[in-house]
Amino acid sequence: MLRRTLLATAALGLGMALSGGAAMAAGMDKVKACFIYVGPIGDGGWTFQHHEGALAVQAAYGDKVEIQWQETVPEGADSERVMTQMALGGCNIIFTTSFGYMDPTNAVAAKFPDVKFEHATGYKREHPNVSTYNARFYEGRAVQGHIAGKMTKSNKIGYIASFPIPEVVSGINSYFLHAKKANPNVELSVVWAYTWFDPAKEADAAKALIDQGVDVIAAHTDSTAPLAEAAKVEGVIGFGQASDMAAYKDGPRVSSIIDNWAPYYVKRVGQLLDGTYEQTDSWEGIAAGEVEIGEITDKVPADVKAEALALRDAIADGSYHPFTGPINKQDGSPWLAEGATAPDGDILGMNFYIEGIVGDIPQ
Amino acid sequence: MLRLEKRPNPSQFWLYGTPVVAVVLTMIFGGMLFAAMGTNPFEVIRTIFWDPIFGEFAFYLRGQLLVKAGPLILIAIGLALGFKAGIWNIGAEGQYIMGAICGAAVGLAVYPTESRWIFPVMVLAGALGGWAWAMIPAILKTRFNTNEILVSLMLVYVAQTILAKASTGFLKNPEGMGFPGSRNFSSYPAAANPELIAGSGIHWGVVTALVVALVAWGLLARHIIGFQINLSGQAPRAARFHGVNPNRLVVLCMGISGGLAGLAGLFEVTGPGGQISIDFNVGYGFTAIIVAFLGRLHPIVIILAGILMALTYVGGEMASTNMGLPSAAIQVFQGMLLFFLLGVDVLTNYRIRIRTGGK
Repeated sequence: MLRRTLLATAALGLGMALSGGAAMAAGMDKVKACFIYVGPIGDGGWTFQHHEGALAVQAAYGDKVEIQWQETVPEGADSERVMTQMALGGCNIIFTTSFGYMDPTNAVAAKFPDVKFEHATGYKREHPNVSTYNARFYEGRAVQGHIAGKMTKSNKIGYIASFPIPEVVSGINSYFLHAKKANPNVELSVVWAYTWFDPAKEADAAKALIDQGVDVIAAHTDSTAPLAEAAKVEGVIGFGQASDMAAYKDGPRVSSIIDNWAPYYVKRVGQLLDGTYEQTDSWEGIAAGEVEIGEITDKVPADVKAEALALRDAIADGSYHPFTGPINKQDGSPWLAEGATAPDGDILGMNFYIEGIVGDIPQ
Repeated sequence: MLRLEKRPNPSQFWLYGTPVVAVVLTMIFGGMLFAAMGTNPFEVIRTIFWDPIFGEFAFYLRGQLLVKAGPLILIAIGLALGFKAGIWNIGAEGQYIMGAICGAAVGLAVYPTESRWIFPVMVLAGALGGWAWAMIPAILKTRFNTNEILVSLMLVYVAQTILAKASTGFLKNPEGMGFPGSRNFSSYPAAANPELIAGSGIHWGVVTALVVALVAWGLLARHIIGFQINLSGQAPRAARFHGVNPNRLVVLCMGISGGLAGLAGLFEVTGPGGQISIDFNVGYGFTAIIVAFLGRLHPIVIILAGILMALTYVGGEMASTNMGLPSAAIQVFQGMLLFFLLGVDVLTNYRIRIRTGGK
């Protein structure tokens, strides 16, 4: 017990020293903001965008912040150690940027009550110093689905899914729903890669989809491998995921979903500096600029592009919700009645496919 | 010119000198790499090898070294027994996963019963799970003469698929809002494997690793099985004349290494890992192969090798966080260690002769 108390005391001491008395909940002169990434910064996708957000924090506050990061941290016991090291090392706020960091984040937060923890895409806030944040990726998927439905020639579209969590399932549903609206004959194939970042597995998944005759591929994994794979086959197109992946603009990439974490990171660190920081659960989408639709290239006909942009704007101004009834579940039972929109709780806990999707969610 | 000449007997000096030289060479060439990347190489090397043990946060990191080294040592000792006998179990990662799943399944099946018998039964189930998974390549080898390297390695991918199935299906936390992953054992005391002394990092897995190292040492040095293992590796024909049944030895060695890997998995999932999740395994089963060779297949030296390996992870991470080094640079550094180890290892069996005027 002595050691644990020591640890907590040390953390408390550090926190006090660096924050000039965190107990007063006043602002801070200088913030050390730390980031834990699940993949390498060079993944060109998920982690890259989080790091862009970190750099934006540095740019926004200059020498009032110090940023520190650790890439390629496995989820589980290793992440708990990295978080503890960061907290001991004087970080005032730690952003843990993958779903699998959820339990470790809460465990470490318990030991360091004066350090703020921000966990991306999770739902556990067991301590007052843990906040969660996520983005409404399903809004972007709606736009993507529309383009996919219009662009497919084989009427077969594909989705490379990472893990069967609600965030991914809601993405699949939104993608399919809007593809189906644009093209009633469309069929969706889903491949589960069980990884966030593994270029070899992601490429295999893309290959499997192409072999099935799929000609439009959306990915929910972090690397550019699916686009690289699509580039090898004439007539196959795909989307940038998490990051713009503009390098594939001349190839298969016709548009993208860009996760823009910078506004959130800048805001949270700013609140810590001026003393207005509070525990939150943030879930922003296209309207707040957290989800962006990357440039739609000329491969997409002008009318389809116009429709896609109109869809994006309608979501942004709130006049359209991507999940608007009537929508049935896969088994035919009703989910949303005519004109009803999905409550946030349904989307956050989504564990069912909508009607028309073939196959099962792994369980 | 330089020429390699086979030694009549492996050099005892180089057998244990090799790891030391390899570490020194890794420091030198790794240092050059870090310098080329614009960091102070001495500071980086100090952060990796010195700070976790003696630095400012050593009180926390020393324990973390044990947490990281525990499973490596436990698995590596099992592997070393097989490797000594020429039996190549490359699939410890799969056995580690299966041990974790079997042990966790037992604990979760009786949730939330509180009894002090639960954890010991889970430990047993974990060992059995790993053992059973290792029996597949072992029996295929003894019955059909299949290659245990390929079969055990392929079974890792099967185990990963079962792991995915477990965390999204039969072991999924019913209160987890549909997210994959089992209940967290830290909130189920009867099935948990917590730190025995708070802050020390020591949990039952670490204790077991140390006990197993001592037992394995005794086995190899004093017991007839140890003699048979050594003999089979060095002179298979002689072993046969000596009455060693090679099939029995395959089953024994694969069984021990599988059981120990399963134990490591069980201790990890109930302790530091906390829960069954889709990517619960982080490669301990593969890294342990390096640890076994770095430890010269000697149980006691493997303890040191495990801690050294843990040091490159924990220290490497610190260097990467504090100095902004990409994690790939740290991985290259770890790779160098294995590369130099294998390279310098030549000196154990060969000596370098310098000839002048030759062809």
